[in-house]
Amino acid sequence: MTVAITGLGLVSCLGEGREVHSAWPNAPVLDETGFAPFPIHPLPPLKLEEHIPRREFRQMEGWQRLGTYAAGLAIADAGAKELVAGMDLMVAAGGGERDTALDAAILAEIQDIPPAEREAWLNKRLGEGLRPTLFLAQLSNLLAGSISILHGVAGSSRTFLGEEAAGAEALRVAHARVASGTSRLMLVGAAWIAGRWDNLLTYAPWLHQGSWAPTARREKLVPGSGAAFLVLEPLAAALERGARPVALLEDVRTDMGDAAGRDARLAALSDSPATLSAAPFGGPGEARAVADATGHLMEAAFPMAVALAALSGQESVVTGFGHRHGEFAARVKGLPA
Amino acid sequence: MKDVALTDHLGRPRVVVTGMGLMTALGMTLAESWAGLRAGRSGVRDITRFDTTGMRTRFGACVDLPGDLPGRPLPAGERVAALGTLAFDEALAQAGLSGPIPGPLCLGMPPIEIEWPARAALRAGAEGPDGAAMVLAGARHPELVAGGELFSPAVALARRYRTRGIPQAVTTACASGGTAIQLACEALRRGEAQVALAGGAEASMTPETLIRFALLHALSNRNDAPAAASRPFSLTRDGFVMGDGAGALVLETMEHALARGATVLGEILGVGERADTFHRTRSSPDAVPVAGVMQDAIADSGLPPEVFGYINAHGTSTPENDKTEALAIHMVFGEVAPPTSSTKSMIGHTLSAAGAIEAVICLLALRDQMLPPTINQDDTDPALGLDVIPNQARAVRGVKAALSNSFGFGGQNVCVAVGVGL
Repeated sequence: MTVAITGLGLVSCLGEGREVHSAWPNAPVLDETGFAPFPIHPLPPLKLEEHIPRREFRQMEGWQRLGTYAAGLAIADAGAKELVAGMDLMVAAGGGERDTALDAAILAEIQDIPPAEREAWLNKRLGEGLRPTLFLAQLSNLLAGSISILHGVAGSSRTFLGEEAAGAEALRVAHARVASGTSRLMLVGAAWIAGRWDNLLTYAPWLHQGSWAPTARREKLVPGSGAAFLVLEPLAAALERGARPVALLEDVRTDMGDAAGRDARLAALSDSPATLSAAPFGGPGEARAVADATGHLMEAAFPMAVALAALSGQESVVTGFGHRHGEFAARVKGLPA
Repeated sequence: MKDVALTDHLGRPRVVVTGMGLMTALGMTLAESWAGLRAGRSGVRDITRFDTTGMRTRFGACVDLPGDLPGRPLPAGERVAALGTLAFDEALAQAGLSGPIPGPLCLGMPPIEIEWPARAALRAGAEGPDGAAMVLAGARHPELVAGGELFSPAVALARRYRTRGIPQAVTTACASGGTAIQLACEALRRGEAQVALAGGAEASMTPETLIRFALLHALSNRNDAPAAASRPFSLTRDGFVMGDGAGALVLETMEHALARGATVLGEILGVGERADTFHRTRSSPDAVPVAGVMQDAIADSGLPPEVFGYINAHGTSTPENDKTEALAIHMVFGEVAPPTSSTKSMIGHTLSAAGAIEAVICLLALRDQMLPPTINQDDTDPALGLDVIPNQARAVRGVKAALSNSFGFGGQNVCVAVGVGL
């Protein structure tokens, strides 16, 4: 079956929605001071509170709020609000988010506790300090859970853990399920928040330091806050229900292996040179580096690149690789607006 | 030799099991674990690999490993990889296969984080108290942030078995193992591969996670009698018991298995899956989504419900789960439901691994025609109306299919239907 992209939920430093993601920015949108010496692409102002009920809001942190918001944008963009009961969901996720204030307080105090007493001290301190509901902000599958609860998405729900490769593999499986006729309507995507020290810490060895440099000229990554969700469905079903496809997702391929074989695997994944690249660093050749526009969005990097390709209105080959693992390629055929 | 159908009722390739591995608190091998389950033994005991002073719950179904040193237990990611390796090694040996495996690895696993010893070491090496100093310390000491790289265990297993493509590290909370089987099954049905590895490995039993689950009032706190703490379907059930463990399956298309002369141990007949939009930590009390996944799994198998002669319940031993699940089982099967046990009464709740471990247990039960019990049944809740196979394993005849239920925090529900000799 031909797979159509019928909805996009996009948020990045460029703003939210299709329009701001249809044009390439003249200059990078950066925050070079807030998390210095690590430049990041910041989140734009969003009225999350208006879209997420207060009681739900309290059970999430920034990443889940952003992802839930972007998923809602995608559902609305696809005109699929009435179809969520049968909508399948695939999310790629890293770790959840922590109570950073509590962590900092504990780390300040623990230095004075004799090593032999630390375990018992920490048990007591955590037992008193942790907020029970925030555990849910920490669980990687709870972005998907929050999307189901807030937007009523009640088909299948699966979350892939881990880095850029999880975002690409989620998109590959989502595409395969729609193409093979086992999903009639699919929501797939990811979100990542750069503007949190706990999120940056896991990627510490891979973060670019100092002043910003374009992707092609750096060896480490400049992260961005953002989210990309795509609604996929069989083209025939989309047309039948009166939806307007943005683009066709013709193929998604992924691979993984040792670092030395990266270029060879990437070359084998696509028949023609890339026009858009989701690379975290390093030369994407002639392709435009999406990270230059949005920052590197980790799990959301490849879905965002595919979404930008869909908005380009052209035939695109999108490639990408993970900062540690995985290579990916997709063929996207833009449709005239 | 009789003709064997290569495709199922919908014309899809039949997905069969040719290797199984099991690592639980009852044993480091499938044979030991299964012997313990058949004997109705509890693997639950006091936690000794870290200090539990001051904790509300101080016990679990622990699998301690040689790498666990006094005062220095393995970090969760390394435990996931170690348990997964033991289970998949065992499964592949039984299947008579070794790497490269020309198919995907689908692994249910928990999210992992940088743990407190590493956090404290980062802070000690940081040139100041702020976030920038911590991240700069992490940049200087990659080994201290490696514990938070949650993709690493799946990558380690993918490399060991040289599976194809990107490993699918799946988290749907307590349904992860079932979801992993489903993803592998779907890949085989789509014709993407002829062989796939599916399983789950769990290592969430760390001080912080134990404290967090306790704060949610999800855990039993029978510290005076750990072995009696996991008592699903009883009147005095008071929460689940965390467990370490791993389960692994080698899945192949029937055609591939027969062509290479492999012994077919059983079959994945079908899978059902639905998200629950009710609540983050509770199933919808009307049990509709939970009943729905069981119905979907049965429908996917193409078999009538009466063929299913055993249910391995999610059966966490929390007051709410067991009530909702019993309601769902009756919604699907009517007043007289098939014998239903919760093996979590013996090996605890292995969270991300539970779906895989319990699918393996179902296959063993069908193979040996021996249904494992629910132990600690001196006060079975009569209102649930279930035959919970109390305390002692039960020999049966002619039972060829079983259901394995897994329901996750976050509302992700999966039911796997398995068969032997169909």
